[in-house]
Amino acid sequence: MIINHPILGPRDSQEFTYLGDASLIDRPDWQADNAADQFHDYLYLRDNPAGEHRELWFHEQGDRSWLVVTRNTVTHEILNVELARDVARARGRSK
Amino acid sequence: MTDAVMNAGRVAFQADGGTGARKGVQVNRLDGGLIKGGKPLSFTFDGKRFKGFEGDTLASALLANGVRLMGRSFKYHRPRGPLTSGSEEPNALVELRSGGRQEPNTRATVAELYDGLEANSQNRWPSLQHDFMAINDRFSNFLTAGFYYKTFMWPAAFWEKLYEPIIRKAAGLGSISFEADPDAYDKGFLHCDLLVIGAGPTGLMAALTAGRAGAQVIIADEDFLLGGRLNAETFGIGDLTGAAWVEQAQAELAAMPNVRVMPRTTIIGAFDHGIYGAVERTADHVLAPEAGKPRQILWRIYSKRAMLAAGATERPIAFENNDRPGVMLAGAVRAYANRWAVTPDQTVAVFTNNDDGHRTAADLIAKGVKVTAVIDTRADAPAVEGAELFAGAQVIDTKGRLGLESVRLRLASGITRDVPCGALAVSGGWNPNVHLTCHQRGRPAWREDIAAFVPAGELPQNMVVAGAANGDFSTAAALRAGADGAVAALSELGIEAKAGDLPEAEDAPVNVTPFWYVKEGKGRAWLDQQNDVTVKDVKLAHQENFRSVEHLKRYTTLGMATDQGKTSNMGGLAIMAELAGKQIPEVGTTMFRPPYTPVSFGVMAGRSVGEEFRPTRKTPSHKWAEEQGAVFVEVGQWLRAQWFPQAGETHWRQSVDREVLQARNSVGVCDVTTLGKIDVQGKDAAEFLNKMYANAFAKLPVGKVRYGLMLREDGIAYDDGTAARFAEDHFVVTTTTANAVLVYRNMEFARQCLFPDMDVQLISTTEAWAQFAVAGPNARKLLQKVVDPEFDISNEAFPFMGCGEITVAGGCRARLFRISFSGELAYEIAVPTRYGDAMIRKLMEAGEEFGAVPYGTEALGVMRIEKGHAAGNELNGTTSALNLGMGRMVSKKKDCIGNVLSEREGMNQDDALKLVGFKPVDSSATVYAGAHLMNSDGEVSAATDQGYITSVAYSPVLKSSIGIGFLKNGDARKGEVIRAVNPLEGHETQVEVVSAHFVDPEGERLRG
Repeated sequence: MIINHPILGPRDSQEFTYLGDASLIDRPDWQADNAADQFHDYLYLRDNPAGEHRELWFHEQGDRSWLVVTRNTVTHEILNVELARDVARARGRSK
Repeated sequence: MTDAVMNAGRVAFQADGGTGARKGVQVNRLDGGLIKGGKPLSFTFDGKRFKGFEGDTLASALLANGVRLMGRSFKYHRPRGPLTSGSEEPNALVELRSGGRQEPNTRATVAELYDGLEANSQNRWPSLQHDFMAINDRFSNFLTAGFYYKTFMWPAAFWEKLYEPIIRKAAGLGSISFEADPDAYDKGFLHCDLLVIGAGPTGLMAALTAGRAGAQVIIADEDFLLGGRLNAETFGIGDLTGAAWVEQAQAELAAMPNVRVMPRTTIIGAFDHGIYGAVERTADHVLAPEAGKPRQILWRIYSKRAMLAAGATERPIAFENNDRPGVMLAGAVRAYANRWAVTPDQTVAVFTNNDDGHRTAADLIAKGVKVTAVIDTRADAPAVEGAELFAGAQVIDTKGRLGLESVRLRLASGITRDVPCGALAVSGGWNPNVHLTCHQRGRPAWREDIAAFVPAGELPQNMVVAGAANGDFSTAAALRAGADGAVAALSELGIEAKAGDLPEAEDAPVNVTPFWYVKEGKGRAWLDQQNDVTVKDVKLAHQENFRSVEHLKRYTTLGMATDQGKTSNMGGLAIMAELAGKQIPEVGTTMFRPPYTPVSFGVMAGRSVGEEFRPTRKTPSHKWAEEQGAVFVEVGQWLRAQWFPQAGETHWRQSVDREVLQARNSVGVCDVTTLGKIDVQGKDAAEFLNKMYANAFAKLPVGKVRYGLMLREDGIAYDDGTAARFAEDHFVVTTTTANAVLVYRNMEFARQCLFPDMDVQLISTTEAWAQFAVAGPNARKLLQKVVDPEFDISNEAFPFMGCGEITVAGGCRARLFRISFSGELAYEIAVPTRYGDAMIRKLMEAGEEFGAVPYGTEALGVMRIEKGHAAGNELNGTTSALNLGMGRMVSKKKDCIGNVLSEREGMNQDDALKLVGFKPVDSSATVYAGAHLMNSDGEVSAATDQGYITSVAYSPVLKSSIGIGFLKNGDARKGEVIRAVNPLEGHETQVEVVSAHFVDPEGERLRG
């Protein structure tokens, strides 16, 4: 597969390490009342869609960017590639 | 002998005085062809010497020499000869070369002949003519589809001991020499606008069109000669013969710097996003590769657009005993005659259901070969000149033990007739080569007018299919499709190309009436000759309800051989459709998968063999350690010194015990560069490490080091190390050797994905610094001789867990950490890697007066076990901070990875496993790693399991075997005697539960 890196342009997927569902960005608040339940869901519950999937890829043999790749798991078509940091900020993460 | 053989003009072979003796004579060589006359090439088959010509394949040269028998079949050991003239060949599989270069199961039909080629038949004993295992053929009634599921059912115990070994011995075809392959294989990467797969008329026209427009073009063909079927047919293009047009096109392409022409290159798979795999056979056609050159190259081709112009494969018709050597595809017989100037025999008959078969008869007659009959299944077959036509007739049986001698016909009138022939050219129509279109999600669709499947469904991204591969079988249609396809593909890339005027070419319509198998006869009619699957097997599958194409395939093994059923699948599907009363498109096809043709393991491995299997990382002191005669051990990619044997030491324990005692009594030096090092900088560096480590870091003062434990988000411990604070905004973090990459990856994940606004930067500096542990009571004295005098490293100025930037050896920058893995007074000193070699020499020189020893990973391990420090065996992916005795380190006052889930009830039971030490009650007994712990008496079972031992060593200090491990509620059980058992190997040792800190439990030495 070829991943169109937002900074570096098209790169072979062999340069990347795959992590999984981009929902791993949404790490719960450790001080929430039901933090244990939220962390349980965060860590163990994933969708496994046949179709569009937002997932995390790490450019380990490259510039070390974490990317959020929107990929169709059936056709392997890549619909969007974003820097994970931008996605995290857009989802309200900061420090 | 026919006139053609006598008149072989261009091919100058020796006719052995024209005696007609078959031995050593190319009795079946014809006139003309694209082989090069002149000096013949010498080769051997089963030890017998033959001659052929440049341009021959092994199969064409053997046929020229009158050899039709080239192999034995897989299951029944039936005599077999080539069915085809190309890569789809199911039968003529041979072993090429010998020794380390021996290659089994190579298709003789694509093995390019060279002087000195050595080939042997396979799957026969004692010889190809007399094969003992041919007895299987007599028992064929027992060896039908699924025979081994049914036959070897009982008694169950016989399967593993008797049946399976026998079946395994009988199975398979070729053999390997078990010698190392002396040749190199390479890998490479190519990029292009347009990849053209196949260099027949379609591909060549596409490459010319795209090349003329200036596009970056790669055109690849599996054959060593470009041109595809143009080399096998007699019709011309424009004013030129097919071969001459090919030569002209090739010359034009060769002159274009933007075009890369790759003969002998098979596109083996279509992968995601326009990536194709290709195998180029750069040296399979010579005796041995030139020095320094690879035998084959595996290319990864990145294409913006690709055109599949892979042509079509002819399919046979099944009839009784249709597998005798001499029964061949009509297009192949024509190719042998026109391209290689060879006929498989001097008398040939043709059996066809379409007009294309008639071309074979016409071409052979033109070459002077006697065509004894043209048998056409169609009652309205077109007339034939120069041979007897049997319209509406069928071949119902054949004769000839090791090669075809005659065929028996059922004529339209109902009577039978025997026709003598040494070869039968069979044509059942042509199947487009759709294989690569299926490598993603394409599902071929049936086209009634040509009675064949054509590419359909979701093709690989940016692929177009053109020419015969798309069902356009005429030459004129191929040229048109190639040109138009290239123009269309390039226009999508913004490159303007012109189709131009195309030369005149043959434009015959397809005229075929589907005919799959002859129904008459009680014997076997072969479909898949490589896996010995017959029409009967398909009927049996249907009868036993294995009716879906995927079941049919797996039950009968139809199409599961190395040829992936290129010549057989279609017939099997059609017969299943007929039996099930369905239409062929309702039955559908099985999927094709990469590789298109078999690929050697060698080219897949490339250069990654032997020592180059993976990268080797050497420590900065490696050269010095080699000089000392160190024994090395692989630690991941690293090579580390394991111990340093001295003269007179005959057992590794002697060396290791000495290293441990000398370090504990005076001083030892160990290269610890392999530990991961991560430089953490930024205003929020301390806060960031607070998130990464379970314990607190925010308040660590500058100039201090702290031990840190990292958890996974599920609360399990996964790595430990130290973080040294060099400035408010600068930390140097170490990780274990094994987890250096993972910890860095996880830290980057946290930095970018979880805490994107933290002001912190990370960089891996593992290889930037050479780092040495200096441990033992004389460690400070040694270092004081190396560290520049302006730096005070006394205990007061540089206490335990201190760190600082210093200089050594008169100004070389260095970092000093007062940390101890051994439990002794110890430091780790780091210098830029390029000074690592000088540093180890300097340290050992300075240590001479103290008797300093270098120590390896074994002594390192012994000392850490004596000290009860956790390492990989304890951080094993199942243990928490609580298990490790560090439960209180996990801060409840801050957020860090893993702290929330580490509080789960199940991970905090009262009887949780705790890290403790074990000493055998009998000090001469041995404690074994992996042993499970059981109470002093009672049952030994999983239910009564109390824990397990993780690490063991012989402690030269305690003069006893010791171990550490996890015991239920272990820290409350010190003094208890329990059993360490290994029921598998029959060990049982009485051990006393003790503190894991065997040596200096109060930690006085390291603070001294």
